[in-house]
Amino acid sequence: MKISMTATCRKGLMVFAFAEALFITTSCKTESYTAEKLVASQTRVDSTIAEVESISAYIAPYKKSLDSQLDMPLSFNPADMYKNDTPLNTRIGNMMAAISRAQGEPVFKSRTGNSVDVVLINHGGIRAGIPAGNVTTRTAYEVMPFDNEMVIAELAPAQMKELVEYLAFHKRAHPFDGLEIHLKGDEIKSVTLDGKPIAYDRNYFVMTSDYLMTGGDNMDFFTKAISSTRIDYKIRNAMIDYFKENDTLGFDVDNRFTKED
Amino acid sequence: MERRKFIRNTTTASLIAGTALWSNSALAAGFFSEREEKKGLTKITILHTNDTHSHIEPISGGRDDGKGGVARRAALIKKVRAENPNTLLLDCGDIFQGTPYFNFYGGELEIKLMTMMGYDAATIGNHDFDNGIDGLYAQVPNASFDFVISNYDFSNTIMDGQTKPYKIMVKDGVRIGMFGLGIKMEGLVAPEMFKETKYRDPLTVTQDMVNVLRNQENCDIVICMSHLGYKYGNDKISDISLAQKTSGIDLIIGGHTHTFLDQPDLVTNAAGETVMVNQVGCYGINVGRIDFYMHKGKLASGENVVYEV
Repeated sequence: MKISMTATCRKGLMVFAFAEALFITTSCKTESYTAEKLVASQTRVDSTIAEVESISAYIAPYKKSLDSQLDMPLSFNPADMYKNDTPLNTRIGNMMAAISRAQGEPVFKSRTGNSVDVVLINHGGIRAGIPAGNVTTRTAYEVMPFDNEMVIAELAPAQMKELVEYLAFHKRAHPFDGLEIHLKGDEIKSVTLDGKPIAYDRNYFVMTSDYLMTGGDNMDFFTKAISSTRIDYKIRNAMIDYFKENDTLGFDVDNRFTKED
Repeated sequence: MERRKFIRNTTTASLIAGTALWSNSALAAGFFSEREEKKGLTKITILHTNDTHSHIEPISGGRDDGKGGVARRAALIKKVRAENPNTLLLDCGDIFQGTPYFNFYGGELEIKLMTMMGYDAATIGNHDFDNGIDGLYAQVPNASFDFVISNYDFSNTIMDGQTKPYKIMVKDGVRIGMFGLGIKMEGLVAPEMFKETKYRDPLTVTQDMVNVLRNQENCDIVICMSHLGYKYGNDKISDISLAQKTSGIDLIIGGHTHTFLDQPDLVTNAAGETVMVNQVGCYGINVGRIDFYMHKGKLASGENVVYEV
């Protein structure tokens, strides 16, 4: 009886259960209480609620200090860049891949002696565009609000092939560099690595994010990596460091990923 | 049976009259006020948040533009407490991470504001390890509320002794027991962050906690503060599966999955009892509220518990 009543529960309806059943485990005690009724509601926190002044005042100095650090101009972006500007590769995506390599590869090299063959991060990880104008620390937080770190996966030839096929299949502007992929319809016409046809004859070092390394966006080839190396460097911090060192963001769309019908 | 039919009709009438509220508590309060007075019901209010993720200011831009904000949440809490001093304020974890406030101040402001708002207890979410277990430990002195977590064994870590496995609060004679459940860290949190924190099985821990709270501590209400997540498509433990597989919990308030619900779920547990399961999205956009109307002694034979959602 109770089960059927629970099932019919919806907005504005009341549902009953037997009190004895609910409190069957309650031990004997002289002054015990039993729930007779439970009423649930929720309140949306929005501008209809006036702020508590003392709380706003307490936050204010933290906010002021934060804003002054976040909004200090670090670099300049000559034109708007958004992640859906162009179909298969974008200015902002190419920037993310280039910054990851520029900032992360020296750390990886110094720790392992190896170079990065390919950078691949995910389109969904770019959480905001960058309007033309000053670029700040806040820009980096908006584009990359998560604390994702760069990780280098060592992929066997079979997984490198899966990586290329993943990109060819999804035809999404996942930021990458190192590779050049040309499609004809759904077919892969050519794949080059550093300008030479890829041979799939050795292991490859692919820089990515810790999110993708654990199987995010169904990039399963990363979960099959032979090894993975953390470099303790957040992608957002790489952006901030790059912005500080470079006065203009001169990134462009190119033909690293193209498709003809 | 007659009474049930009557209440349903009354509520339906209010819906026809244009009440689009999630819960029409004003109507219910009016209807029950005579009974409450006659029977001396004690009202216990539970306010809850989850996954506030360092959202100090209202959200700027996007789908939730202008929603949330700690200074407004504080006003709401103040108002509810003024109406009912028997109010508990609980958080279900992931206090940290999500805005630069966390990256710049390490969670200090989040915890200080929760203290100012008068939180009574919070459980621990996976993101609360984002500055490492040392980063969490560093903020404990800023909390005048308790971190309640029952299934993380911190004994080999710096957090040893900084949390409680359960907490009991007594409001107008009503004993309210709370315990906390955290999610498995592997895959979510880097091992160097949680160090030697040991995760214990939520189902086993829950039955232990219920036994302690019901039978040893004689609690009248048992609340589980969870960061397990609302529901999964596989056999991973969630608030819903926890509710189904255990007994003795009245209310599970949850987090982790950022689940926005139109109303709480009512789940039948292993003993055939009803458990209310709720979660209020994320970022301080909503504050959840459950009012328990407590009757002194046991209910008369055949009398029903009413769940108004």
